[in-house]
Amino acid sequence: MKRHPRVPFHYAAMDTLIQQLINGLTLGSIYALVALGYTMVYGILGLINFAHGEVVMIGALTALAAIKPLAAAGVPGPLAVLGGCLVAMLVCLCLGLIVERVAYRPLRRAPRLAPLITAIGVSMVLQQLAMLAWGRNYHSFPQLLPATPREILGAQISDLQILILVVATVIMSGLLLLVNRTRLGRAMRATAENPQIAALMGVDADRIIALTFALGSALAAIAGVMVAANYGIAHYNMGFILGLKAFTAAVLGGIGNLGGAMLGGVLLGVIEALGAGYIGDLTGGFLGSDYQDVFAFFVLIGVLVLRPSGLMGEKLAERA
Amino acid sequence: MLKAKPFAGVLLAGLALAALPFVVGAGMGNAWVRVLDFALLYIMLALGLNIVVGFAGLLDLGYIAFYAIGAYLYALLASPHFGLHWPAWAILPLGAAVAGLFGILLGAPTLRLRGDYLAIVTLGFGEIIRIFLNNLNSPVNITNGPQGIARIDALNVGGHSLAQPLQFFGLSIPGIYLSYYLFVFLALAIIFITLRLEDSRIGRAWVAIREDEIAAKACGINTRNIKLLAFAMGASFGGVAGGLFAGFQEFVSPESFSLMESVMVLCMVVIGGMGHIPGVILGGLLLAVLPEALRHGAGPAQQALFGRVLLDPESLRILAFGLALILVMIYRPAGLWPSPTRRREFAKADGS
Repeated sequence: MKRHPRVPFHYAAMDTLIQQLINGLTLGSIYALVALGYTMVYGILGLINFAHGEVVMIGALTALAAIKPLAAAGVPGPLAVLGGCLVAMLVCLCLGLIVERVAYRPLRRAPRLAPLITAIGVSMVLQQLAMLAWGRNYHSFPQLLPATPREILGAQISDLQILILVVATVIMSGLLLLVNRTRLGRAMRATAENPQIAALMGVDADRIIALTFALGSALAAIAGVMVAANYGIAHYNMGFILGLKAFTAAVLGGIGNLGGAMLGGVLLGVIEALGAGYIGDLTGGFLGSDYQDVFAFFVLIGVLVLRPSGLMGEKLAERA
Repeated sequence: MLKAKPFAGVLLAGLALAALPFVVGAGMGNAWVRVLDFALLYIMLALGLNIVVGFAGLLDLGYIAFYAIGAYLYALLASPHFGLHWPAWAILPLGAAVAGLFGILLGAPTLRLRGDYLAIVTLGFGEIIRIFLNNLNSPVNITNGPQGIARIDALNVGGHSLAQPLQFFGLSIPGIYLSYYLFVFLALAIIFITLRLEDSRIGRAWVAIREDEIAAKACGINTRNIKLLAFAMGASFGGVAGGLFAGFQEFVSPESFSLMESVMVLCMVVIGGMGHIPGVILGGLLLAVLPEALRHGAGPAQQALFGRVLLDPESLRILAFGLALILVMIYRPAGLWPSPTRRREFAKADGS
């Protein structure tokens, strides 16, 4: 690392640090929303829903498809985005229900490998359908929200980033309330604990599982809109790597644990942003920010080696 | 009739295998012999993955990474890129060893955990390898980035390069036919190894772990090491197939090793019949040849039906395989040609 003698090194570094922290928090709150979908389904079914990343992608693209005509019809920007979000949530919710009904429910008693394999099939099918509907091109997300950057401690934060952070926080608090304080939430927790006993207590497990999928998919839709708005583009291929990272976030926090997924998401976002910001310096320019996507993976391996139950998870026994 | 004289059966099968490239080449053109060569490579890959997924029941979604490692090792050690020209017969075993080593490195942290983690870690690993292959061209050019490595030395047997036709009693046998014979030989060797493994102590331990890990442990099987062995062995088969691919194609680039390829090999194992060697071979053959048939048939068929090409063959292939994975898992979970034990196991799981 080369330090310039006359520019105080730590000032410059401080700016970058705060900037990367802000970017990381924004990205992390999106990961957290997606991670919640993984962790809820895992908590109830013990299944990794590989297709979840594709649901995020479908959410982003349907929202775009709704936002563009709305904006063209003269609807003010924020309202158009809200409309797009609602359409995307509705579509993804239905998609989640369909996927659960078609691909996972028939296999609930099958060996563990079976639903994992259908999940991959679902993921492939969704991706190709999206490609048929939207083509192979990148779709740009229109600038509908004021993007004037604000200065904070020498770093810049845009209104969009603030909005993402606020919305994500509100949604996550709402979800925690839903799961911990309502009748439905209690039924969900009971099903996760023990489906048979829950059924004996009058919980309709099938309904709860379907609802969990629907809820997770709706969250995924919002996350999809956020990703598209944050990066300014959407693409039929965007779901896979996003899903992988969100899953990593869920594992990092302790899979099956809602609070863990949120924490894991935010942490992973920050790690990634800091990593991408500093990797060039750390390795003397040998590795560049092309390797941003690699961090999530090393985090995943690291967690699995050091603390497989995640930061907030209980120790889970090896279930064969 | 054949059962009465097994020797005659083997002889007949051998003759059929030997004549196949000539029949295909004469009937459908040499492009199809090439397809056949690739089908054999896929069969080797599918058999390797079958050890991991089929025997030991561990879902590996980044299997193609080991293929990539084998292929790039060959490319780096036998091409003008670094000016090295090692003989193929030195590189292929090395490729197996290096791929196996990577398998152990990857498997060791994850295999003591639940199987689902392995799936996602291998998925990530496959992508990481591809990202590295894509980006390790600066500042030190190791993999030549997205352009890939070209002008790789062709495979050779006994000093004869398989890129050149062989003059044999006045008959000129093209290089792809020769590659076919080499690949058939190696595929048969791998089939032999896996068949023997299946009935060995290790093979039984794998199946025991797949059926019930806790019971297997209680019977004194060191489950972690045995799982690691399955993983490493599958990986090393992938490494060998990768080396052959590089030497056959004489060109490698990162795009040959996408996630889709991993999923494709998985499809072969699952659709053919997990854990059943004849099923896996059938799966490999079907899934390697069908896309080619699609490529030739689907375009004109759509043109005739709808007046234009709605789905290009590549997306049609992925769509069809995705649907096939779902349908096979739901309606025929043991695959098209399942092993008798596997079928019983799935039937029991459905009924309970």
